[in-house]
Amino acid sequence: MKRLLAFALSLPLAAAAQTDPADWEAVTTAAEGQTVYWHAWGGSTTTNAFIEWVGERVWEEYGVTLEHVKIASTADAVSRVLAEKTAGRDEGGAVDLIWINGANFAAMKDADLLFGPFAEQLPNWQYVDVEGKSVQEDFTVPTEGLEAPWAMAQVVFMHDTADLAEPLADMEALAAWAVENPGRFTFPQPPDFLGSTFLKQALVDLADDPALYAPVEGADYEAVTAPLWAFLEELTPNLWREGRAYPQTGPRQLQLIADDEIDLAISFSPGEASTAIANFQLPDTVRTFVLEGGTIGNASFVAIPYNANAAEGAMVVANFLMSPEAQARGLDPQHLGYGTVLDMDALSAEDRALFDAIDLGIATLTPAELGTALPEPHPSWMTRIEADWVERYGVAQ
Amino acid sequence: MARPARRSRRGLKFVPSLTVLVMLGPVAAGLAGTLAPALGWMPATGALDLSGAPFAQLFGWAGFWDAVRLSLVSGVGATVLSLAIVVAICAAWQGTRTFRAIERLLSPLLSVPHAAAAFGLAFLLAPSGWIVRAVTPELTGWSRPPDVLIVQDPWGLALMLGLVVKEVPFLMLMTIAALGQAQTGRSLLVGRALGYGREKAWLVTVFPRLYAQIRLPVYVVLAYSMSVVDVALILGPNTPPTLAVQVVRWMADPDLAMRLQAAAGAIVQLGLVLGALAAWRVGEIAVGRLGCRWAQGGGRARSLSAIRGLAVLPGVLAAALLILGLAGLALWSMAGHWSFPHVLPDGLTWLSWERHGHAVLSVSGETALIGAVAVLIALVLTIGCLEAEYRYDLRMGAASMWVLYLPLLVPQIAFLPGLQALMLAGGLDAGRGAVIAAHVVFVLPYVFLSLGDPFRAWDRRMGTIAAALGARPDRVLWRVRLPMLLAPVLTAAAVGFAVSVGQYLPTLLVGGGRVPTLTTEAVALASGGDRRAIGVYALVQTAAALLPFALALALPRLIWANRRGLSHA
Repeated sequence: MKRLLAFALSLPLAAAAQTDPADWEAVTTAAEGQTVYWHAWGGSTTTNAFIEWVGERVWEEYGVTLEHVKIASTADAVSRVLAEKTAGRDEGGAVDLIWINGANFAAMKDADLLFGPFAEQLPNWQYVDVEGKSVQEDFTVPTEGLEAPWAMAQVVFMHDTADLAEPLADMEALAAWAVENPGRFTFPQPPDFLGSTFLKQALVDLADDPALYAPVEGADYEAVTAPLWAFLEELTPNLWREGRAYPQTGPRQLQLIADDEIDLAISFSPGEASTAIANFQLPDTVRTFVLEGGTIGNASFVAIPYNANAAEGAMVVANFLMSPEAQARGLDPQHLGYGTVLDMDALSAEDRALFDAIDLGIATLTPAELGTALPEPHPSWMTRIEADWVERYGVAQ
Repeated sequence: MARPARRSRRGLKFVPSLTVLVMLGPVAAGLAGTLAPALGWMPATGALDLSGAPFAQLFGWAGFWDAVRLSLVSGVGATVLSLAIVVAICAAWQGTRTFRAIERLLSPLLSVPHAAAAFGLAFLLAPSGWIVRAVTPELTGWSRPPDVLIVQDPWGLALMLGLVVKEVPFLMLMTIAALGQAQTGRSLLVGRALGYGREKAWLVTVFPRLYAQIRLPVYVVLAYSMSVVDVALILGPNTPPTLAVQVVRWMADPDLAMRLQAAAGAIVQLGLVLGALAAWRVGEIAVGRLGCRWAQGGGRARSLSAIRGLAVLPGVLAAALLILGLAGLALWSMAGHWSFPHVLPDGLTWLSWERHGHAVLSVSGETALIGAVAVLIALVLTIGCLEAEYRYDLRMGAASMWVLYLPLLVPQIAFLPGLQALMLAGGLDAGRGAVIAAHVVFVLPYVFLSLGDPFRAWDRRMGTIAAALGARPDRVLWRVRLPMLLAPVLTAAAVGFAVSVGQYLPTLLVGGGRVPTLTTEAVALASGGDRRAIGVYALVQTAAALLPFALALALPRLIWANRRGLSHA
């Protein structure tokens, strides 16, 4: 009821300012000739190339010009929208589309900075795997159609088989291996997204408590997280540089493996290793594995700010990102190596063939080997654990 | 005949006020935009309570004192070291052939962007870096890089080194521009005639006058070193990082409430910089007293010459690190697979250049256009100000000077959102024009800084002689003063251009992300740590900044080839 009310309240505004997302013909008509400024992390050569290709395709098909605004952090885009709201610019904003992550999504949703709902009205939504993949929740926060999924991520570990031949079964095995091989493992420094994911993965693996999937306020935080801290207490002295320094981002770990500084690294993209090998960024001895108890997964989303200048064009791009054509290219490690958000059973035989033809690459696990992705804990856990980690390890040299 | 002169008089008199205004608006808005959230006021996030809570939270953060210590130590340390290196080189070598060689080396060194220099240095110094690779495994017997903390060390030594490597060329350039005005030759001659060793003669007679001219550049180096973000991210410790880096992290926190704490941190950062500047000033006075006593002591200090060779060593080392670092990045930009402990890549490929070349070309034009226009505006305002100062005996008050340099003293991340809000409210946003306007805010102080002292140190008697020969003020400016000051003017333009090329946050925030430059692209790529891509951009960025410096050094020699007295002004 509450949700319905909120929806009803948001309707007049959306209808007055922009085209109704459900009227696809009106959307494409309005989108033609628009320029969409997509603020997306620009730190990966392969992602940048993929976005450039998306730009070519939406231009051919819809007459939409796509400009990739390469940012170093999603917060840069959020800052921009925030500044515009502060200045009272409620229309004609500079940001049309954001590649967003759970925490920033929750913050923008909270502050009413998003356009929509739109995602579930888009034509290609019909192919999205609503049952098998977490595409309607972002870190357990309901998306309510305010963001559209475009890639699936799942935690995998990249290991250099020249130094670490066999996969590790679980976090305890990882800690034991680190004792034998001190300095050969690290993770990006929380609150970096991937570093925090490592902490969550460790927590889920060491203590799979149902309390993790509800807000932390109602749970016995100390008791639930005790195994995690015990694990880190043992692991940290055996980390790269004894835990006195950390790589700042996920991709920096790739360079550390290539420099033979570490043998093992976490990734949120099952195809990343294969893509990096093809790119000379990793030695071809690298393979990936998942833990026996499974690893957590989630979807990458795009959202449209409330004051976007080209909301229709942005919807066209979001819709194209969910198309079988774009998803198949994204899955291909030659291009991107991200997981797909689509349900193979919902596709036509012709479209499914696109996916079947993809060579996943030497370091990529098949969907069967990846297993079912575990759900993310509630974001309140992540915030609390991050703060705790920073207190214990992040400022204690 | 009198009228045009009067018109120009009025016009010029207006320029200092205009310049202060150009700076005051953005600075006031920027500061207000920082102070308000630091006190709990940020309506866009729903924070409306004026309180000291953001500061309380900041002081309560466990890493606070370490971060403050790091900022102070690396900032002050880098400044002291850089100045010492420059002074040592000048005292021992000024006027020699070695010195002219150093001069020629300067522009390539200055053109390397800070972040690129830091990446290059990191690749050199890391346990898996080039230096270790060069001797591994033959000399070390290592099959793997040793697990030691060199880059990102907790004392911030690597960070300090990175800053020194970049600040020495800047200070050196400022010094060389000032030396032309300091009549060093005669002072040295008198000193040597009295039996002083050349080092002491230089330190006692030249340095005091020189320092008065490079004081502001030194302050800028101090403020910059304390609040730098990109270099500190790459080379500095991160558990905790320097205060400036931590402020940026909080600014990027998904929890919008953290921006209040970030703003409080920025205010503290500003306080730290001001405090350090005050302490530096006290240090200047103390060193001045000691120097007087040393001079009055009358010792000839001829033995100082024994360390002449040593004096140039730190400078040469710094230059070598910078050049090797850049060479490493150049190689990375063409490297196929390249693993430890190989000194060279397994193969070379143009893949990275093919992949990025197209984008690099298209943003290079944009970068050049923005830089050129911003520098031109800054030059007009600066020369207008300085000339007005000269003609009407105006003195830029201390307050105006501070307004001019505030953008360099306030940490950018905290100052820019306020500036951005102002530009949005004024309808000037998301375009090339807005970006140029924002660049002027940062380019102008550097241009003023580079040009101010040489301009003021110009011998007024030249103007008197010209006037006696019948030249009116405008003609004196165009035909005597600017030609004599051609080298400093061009140098100031080159410095300004390099500053413009290096702007990341202003370009991104004010341009709404729609004006891509070499730096916005490079920083975005750097966040991914792909050395090959970083290598491509670092080289192009260096080239973009190098060209104006090369011109600044070459043009006076070419233009004044037939006027020997001017060719080295």
